[in-house]
Amino acid sequence: MRKFWSWGAIIIGALYFLLPLIGTLEFSLRMRRGEYSLDAYRSVLADPNFRATFGYSVGMALATIVLGVLIVVPTAYWVRLRLPRLRPVIEFITLLPLVIPAIVVVFGYIRLYNTSSILPLTGTASGTNLLLLCGYATLALPYMYRAVDTGLSTLDVRTLTEAAQSLGAGWVRIIGNLILPNVLGAVMSGAFLSFAIVIGEFTMAALLNRPAFGPYMQLLGANRAYEPAALAVIAFAATWGCMGLMQLISRIAGVRKTAK
Amino acid sequence: MSRFGWNWLGVVPFFAFAALFLMLPTMNIVIGAFQNPEGHFTLANLAGLSSPRIVSSFAISIKISLASAILGCLIGFAIAAAVVMGGLPGWVRGPLMTFSGVASNFAGVPLAFAFIATLGRVGLVTMLLRQWFGINIYAMGFNLLSFWGLTLTYLFFQIPLMILIITPALEGLKREWREAAEVLGASTGQYWRMVALPILFPSLLGTFALLFANSFGAVATAYALTGSSLSIVPIMLFAQIRGDVLQDPHLGYAMAFGMIVITGLANLAYVIMRSRAERWMR
Repeated sequence: MRKFWSWGAIIIGALYFLLPLIGTLEFSLRMRRGEYSLDAYRSVLADPNFRATFGYSVGMALATIVLGVLIVVPTAYWVRLRLPRLRPVIEFITLLPLVIPAIVVVFGYIRLYNTSSILPLTGTASGTNLLLLCGYATLALPYMYRAVDTGLSTLDVRTLTEAAQSLGAGWVRIIGNLILPNVLGAVMSGAFLSFAIVIGEFTMAALLNRPAFGPYMQLLGANRAYEPAALAVIAFAATWGCMGLMQLISRIAGVRKTAK
Repeated sequence: MSRFGWNWLGVVPFFAFAALFLMLPTMNIVIGAFQNPEGHFTLANLAGLSSPRIVSSFAISIKISLASAILGCLIGFAIAAAVVMGGLPGWVRGPLMTFSGVASNFAGVPLAFAFIATLGRVGLVTMLLRQWFGINIYAMGFNLLSFWGLTLTYLFFQIPLMILIITPALEGLKREWREAAEVLGASTGQYWRMVALPILFPSLLGTFALLFANSFGAVATAYALTGSSLSIVPIMLFAQIRGDVLQDPHLGYAMAFGMIVITGLANLAYVIMRSRAERWMR
């Protein structure tokens, strides 16, 4: 009896989650009247705006990962090594982006960095790009910090540092050549999550008026019928790819850890 | 001094970044909510939130967030419970957790497209229901661009989030507790009502608060799904930032402040409940 209800819950759940995916896939193939075709995908892939915005967002995502690593890895390392009392404070700050909605943060950017302020970042395209990049790094902060901090907790940071110092290594070398490679698995899982978040992000990019993939998708959705479904399939595949790679890497890292 | 004095330099980049791109912008909005256009202190903006248009947008936002959080909790709990203690084969768990990880991150614009392609006027499910069973859900009053449509769409990331968080909590229920209850003559219902649920209660309530905040701040899905036809708070704020539809910038700051207060309270509830839940998880 219990089994019956369990299977029932799973099957209803599976239906709810699979139907939209099947529906989207089916819809994306319906562009040509009367038969299934890949026309919608062809149309999307041939659109120069698709390539431009997708390229822009991929570039942004990669830059976000680099910026996130540069901010998070040295900080998390240093706090564990020298300032353990600050850990709760840092942890609290890294959780704030989950509390403050992105739309409020970007509202603040527009008000704080407008053309009549001391730091008029929104005045130029490159300044706005920088602002968007920092916004994305903020969005990714909770995930990046958590991943890296978990990775660091498996290391004996103090002993590693002392060993490196007695061999004459400086701080940059310790962080770059010693700490980073040791938490690479954790950094990668944070990186893929950041990538998945940034690639389709809509709110910040739209309000800062940047030609990113999220606003492009929204615009296409308002004007076309079949192409959005094709985009949704592509986006779902990309999310799945990111999460799959993330799990794969954490599994490999986990296997290596237990093998040691 | 020499031992402690320079250590703080190592965290300066982090604090500078957090201040410039997280705290100062937020503070700026919060301060703006308490200022009039001349920069003097005022409570008029907060009072302005009581205009019928804004009140109704907060009301519908809270209603959608409540509905999607309650249903997300119930359904997610049922699925997690089925997997953890429902006697299902062990291989179900891995794929379910992986899928939940993906689906909880599949939000935003593409999610809206997926639901339009499925439950929109010419979506797959809408068409199949009409062809196979003669049921026209749109004639029956269903509309994807409505309260229930949005709730149904939000559940696509709410349920997986619930599964991800509650499965470890369910696995933390010790077998001994159930056995002890059964030895003392408790029925299954009594075990759940008097042992399992009280232990799980903080986890459940905490996750509920998290789901609530999660859907309250969501902009992209709603915007791509409904355009501006359903005026929930984030969409109204979006329109306000783009084109000052309220014709009063400071009212916009007050609205943003209202959002922070609500998501802040929900997250505070989550943190408190979580620390209470962890007492049992040793």
